[in-house]
Amino acid sequence: MRLTDEELAMRAGTFGPAVAWAIDHQIKVGTYLGAEDFVPVAQAHIMADTESLGLAGVEWLERWAKLPAAQRHVRIPTITDPRGTDFASAHKLKHQPWMLDLERRAIAAFEALGVLMTDTCINYQTIMPPVRSEHCAYGDTGVVIYSNSVCGARSNFEGGPSALSAGLTGRTPRYGFHLDEHRLATLIVQVGFTPRELNEWGALGGIVGKLAGDYWQVPALIGLDRVPTSDEMKHFGAAAASYGSLALFHMIGITPEAQRLDEVVPGGELRTHDVGEADICAFQAGYAKAIDSVDLVVFSAPQLSLMEMRRVAELLDGRRATIPLFIATSPQVKPDADRMGLTARIEAAGGTVLAGMCFYQSYAREMAEANGWKRLGTNSAKLTNILGGYGYKPALMSMEACVAAACAGGKLA
Amino acid sequence: MSKIFHATAGMGRTVQGQALVAKDGFSARYDLDRIKGVFSRPEHKLSGESYVGRVLVLDAAKGGVATAWMLYEMQARGVMPAALVLNAVNPIMAQGVALADFTMISGFDCDITQAIPNGATVEIDPNAERPFIRLV
Repeated sequence: MRLTDEELAMRAGTFGPAVAWAIDHQIKVGTYLGAEDFVPVAQAHIMADTESLGLAGVEWLERWAKLPAAQRHVRIPTITDPRGTDFASAHKLKHQPWMLDLERRAIAAFEALGVLMTDTCINYQTIMPPVRSEHCAYGDTGVVIYSNSVCGARSNFEGGPSALSAGLTGRTPRYGFHLDEHRLATLIVQVGFTPRELNEWGALGGIVGKLAGDYWQVPALIGLDRVPTSDEMKHFGAAAASYGSLALFHMIGITPEAQRLDEVVPGGELRTHDVGEADICAFQAGYAKAIDSVDLVVFSAPQLSLMEMRRVAELLDGRRATIPLFIATSPQVKPDADRMGLTARIEAAGGTVLAGMCFYQSYAREMAEANGWKRLGTNSAKLTNILGGYGYKPALMSMEACVAAACAGGKLA
Repeated sequence: MSKIFHATAGMGRTVQGQALVAKDGFSARYDLDRIKGVFSRPEHKLSGESYVGRVLVLDAAKGGVATAWMLYEMQARGVMPAALVLNAVNPIMAQGVALADFTMISGFDCDITQAIPNGATVEIDPNAERPFIRLV
């Protein structure tokens, strides 16, 4: 990679060992992925729940946190993805003291590094959405795909170590979706059915992700009969990223880089797939067929917007959840939900609102074992995709069906 | 006579081990029970198989960003594959391998999951001018 004088100085240790490690890490990654140089980034977003970090990762962070302030602070706005617990509700999840201790240590280390503890995967709805062509270093695949596709920003998947590196150096290797040539479509998906519910948008995202196949593929969707809402884009993108490792999609006539098909398909034939209502139904039925009831219901992955919180509250009015019902939102939405009475309505009906965490990032396997949970109902295709590996049997349903199950002792209609 | 397959990119050190091969994806969060050291996702073609000390030969990097931390954590506990060999990589794998000081090569002119027999002993050199995996 070509390095500027400042980048050479970083590598030589002029700015301290944390920055030297960071730029060296970025050079290794950039070299592997064919980057020729660095690009300045405006924001970084770090995924670093302690189930992922483990003790080794937390101790690694603490080493940098002990450096003098001038050598350890991030140099661009750097924020965080959901944490591994909500301290106020940890007892309801049976999170163990060692998990909470590890969380506190990680939080202290990040704060010492100058990181803003936003603890959210919906920063594009609540913190500071990126603008078109803005280069970023985002963690959380859902954040990346939404920011790239809906906002027209430019980010690759930046895992925790790389996002922290970008925070410390203010740049990232210029490869992948920072470059124009990787933002063109590589396949076309002809959609014959425009989803109505969030779970259907997630199912469509999952199907598109599976069809696309890997990170470097960019699907262009044709045939949607209306503009999806931000929450619908959120569920579609999160599932496409989860099932397919995708970081960018285009919706022709809707998303900013694809107002016309020829803007993202400049020439040549691309493979084309048709997806219809039957495919979306089959995708969901494939998860629920093995179970006729659930042990708990979870709304999470991504965290819920204020609009989703209101919908959950409306569905619960006058009813009572008789199995555990968890709703994860961001620390930015939670105070609004409190102020507007949504949290009180949900919790009066037996639900638990969690803030600043996401279910799958919070020791999902240990929670299952401690609580005897196995069969889980959700409207999140992303959550459905992840939790199988943690020993759960998930069922993907509408928000309405999930609430109905929660209020019927878990029985599925 | 050994068969050799060249990759477009490599990182880490030379390793030798027994291949565990499947035409399926890889994500540390989605696919593994990292405490037991086995593939745990029921739908995964290697479900129930131990990956510890094996050279994983798989199709494509999948899933989320957690693998970037998890490889380091797995390495620290010693419950780790010997190397990763992928047809298609995503940035998270490269980032995780860089932090964990692990071995990975990726990008072939054939489907590497079809080229390497499951259980074969293989050698990987990620630092050769053209990184490679070869049957020993």
